[in-house]
Amino acid sequence: MTDLPLDPQFTFGDNITRRNQTGGIWQAVFRASTVFGILALVLLLLNILNQSFGYVAYEAKVDPVSLAVNGVALADLPKEELVKVLQAKISKAAFTKLEKDGSFTGRTSDEILGLIYERVVKYEVKETWLLWDSLTNRARIAAEVQKNYPKAKLTFESWINPGFITRPQSSNPVIAGIRTALLGSLWTILFTILVAFPLGVGAAVYLEEYAVDNWLNRLVQTNINNLAGVPSIVYGILGLAIFVRGLEPLTSGAIFGTVDPTTANGRTVLSAGFTLALLVLPIIIINSQEAIRAVPQSLRKASYGIGATKWQTVWSHVLPNAMPGILTGTILAISRAIGETAPLVVIGASTFITFDPDSPFSKFTTLPIQIYQWTSRPQAEFRNLAAAAILVLLALLLSLNAIAIVLRNRLSRKY
Amino acid sequence: MAESLNQKFDNGYPASRSGLHKRLRPGEAIIQGLLLFAGFFSIFTTLGIVYELGKEALLFFQMPEVTIWAFISGTKWAPHANEFGIWPLVSATLMTTTIAMLIAIPLGLSVAIYLSEYASPKMRDTLKPMLEVLAGIPTIVYGYFALTFMTPLLRSIFGSGVVEIYNTASAGLVMGILILPLISSMTEDALSAVPRSLREAAYGMGATKLETAVQVVLPAALSGIVAAVIVGLSRAIGETMIVAVAAGAGPNFTLNPFKGAETMTGHIVRISGGDLSYDSVDYNSIFAIGLMLFVITLTLNIISQQIVRRFREVYE
Repeated sequence: MTDLPLDPQFTFGDNITRRNQTGGIWQAVFRASTVFGILALVLLLLNILNQSFGYVAYEAKVDPVSLAVNGVALADLPKEELVKVLQAKISKAAFTKLEKDGSFTGRTSDEILGLIYERVVKYEVKETWLLWDSLTNRARIAAEVQKNYPKAKLTFESWINPGFITRPQSSNPVIAGIRTALLGSLWTILFTILVAFPLGVGAAVYLEEYAVDNWLNRLVQTNINNLAGVPSIVYGILGLAIFVRGLEPLTSGAIFGTVDPTTANGRTVLSAGFTLALLVLPIIIINSQEAIRAVPQSLRKASYGIGATKWQTVWSHVLPNAMPGILTGTILAISRAIGETAPLVVIGASTFITFDPDSPFSKFTTLPIQIYQWTSRPQAEFRNLAAAAILVLLALLLSLNAIAIVLRNRLSRKY
Repeated sequence: MAESLNQKFDNGYPASRSGLHKRLRPGEAIIQGLLLFAGFFSIFTTLGIVYELGKEALLFFQMPEVTIWAFISGTKWAPHANEFGIWPLVSATLMTTTIAMLIAIPLGLSVAIYLSEYASPKMRDTLKPMLEVLAGIPTIVYGYFALTFMTPLLRSIFGSGVVEIYNTASAGLVMGILILPLISSMTEDALSAVPRSLREAAYGMGATKLETAVQVVLPAALSGIVAAVIVGLSRAIGETMIVAVAAGAGPNFTLNPFKGAETMTGHIVRISGGDLSYDSVDYNSIFAIGLMLFVITLTLNIISQQIVRRFREVYE
């Protein structure tokens, strides 16, 4: 090789400073985008917290303190006394109508107390303030309330409290609670899991253990992957056509003779459960398939080697080892189903019911639908209620996901 | 998938001579039948969707007031006035989807590039769960956020005269936040699947980190990224609760994002939320619109799967 004279003044034009500068700018851009994502999450949570606590100014038409009998506060009175208070304070016609709707001996004292609050005490919210406002402008708010609503009481209210969870729904925002919605959600999820879990795990076992690789089974697999991407509202429409309308004798309970007398149609917990089951089925199948696939072949071979049949192998060896992964997938499916609103609105979840669901054939409402209802109302206090309900929903989902993560960590048993 | 156990012994003697038979087990056959039913149940779901939607949509188009031409080309949707143009609903869906994609694609890609190329493992372990939380929040909560935070924010920025209380812009922006984690997690998976050797080779030739990420890794993962974008698109089109709460009730053919307009999904929710009598025009219109939604999202999902299958780079 000939010697090439290397001119010491010759510099390679590598432009490195400018390239590094550009790299630095874009790195800042990427970092800023991530910060934006986290910021959005934080803003969302802060906004909800902001609406869930705060000052409330409300007036009672009849002060509950004045309704105390012999010094015993209203809330502590026995049922008969409550009925007497109710009878004394509302018109005779209204009292007889209430008696007709449901005799007072049959109602619980909580229900009668609720009626008293609703018909006699008649709380009315005058104004609510956000948490940030309440913490920083206390004096100004107190002065405002003095000026505008002299008869009103100003208290710092946490819209989410134990009573909120145990009180039934009501049109009065002060005493409204989410008990009906929460129970409706739980009933619906129960039926969803009862249907989707066996079907989903069965399908996963079939596809992973029994299915031969031909066009039909590939079609089934593609079909399941596609169903996972269908919008949830299409499942709602399907449920409306098949479960509510087509299978109405079954879902309304007519076949079994236990029909809800107020409406004899298929808009029941059962239809909702079936529809959500269809929705989460692809999720359970795909997750269970992955869990079953992760079980090592050596386990199966060993089982065959000692003479077990295919089903014995699956039942005694593959499934128990895949169970943590399957359960993780099921919990993910439950989280998805609890938060679903659109399909249930299409199915026809009731917009206003005050009694708890007590059978698969009862009308129902769920927590997300309750949030939707309250968000759509124009008054500000319903926004506060919606925020409190959202906190309950998020807490529920968080605990479910925490269980899923614990299960997933248990999965990392090495073979 | 499964292995056949029907193997003959290859020493020439039939298995029966040694006394080993495959015992007839009816229980196994029954169980296999049940599992087969479970496996094919999803096919019934798809057939059910196609049949029910198609049947009722056919009823809708057979009604004397409705013609396919008016459906496709009309610009007013007022069923009681016998106007059945789908364009107001479709235009609102397109607007919210476009705004959502304008937010989600650049930000999602940036987050994914940051997480896979720049972030330390510790930071990745803290940030990824946070993004998963963002993806797991129910859409009704996003709708609430759009109505109580985003709309007042837009109104304070642009003025309450310009921005109506119900508008497609805030719904679109919040929908973008919803889809961002979806796109970013799928893109990050695609970027991480590119083998390290490609990056090392680029560094070896003197490329900076940015140049490696954008000119080497990104094109290598392009099929996965395109698939992620298409999945995000299909999710945005099918999104219901955010637009039902924040975008407005009432079909409105407008290109102004600050005005309220009803999307296809919002319309379905509003109509079915009221008292619905079977076989009325409103009832059947739900199925026609639902069928359109199903076909659009199914087509998008199939396209995304085909792109991944055909164009995915396979490294050994």
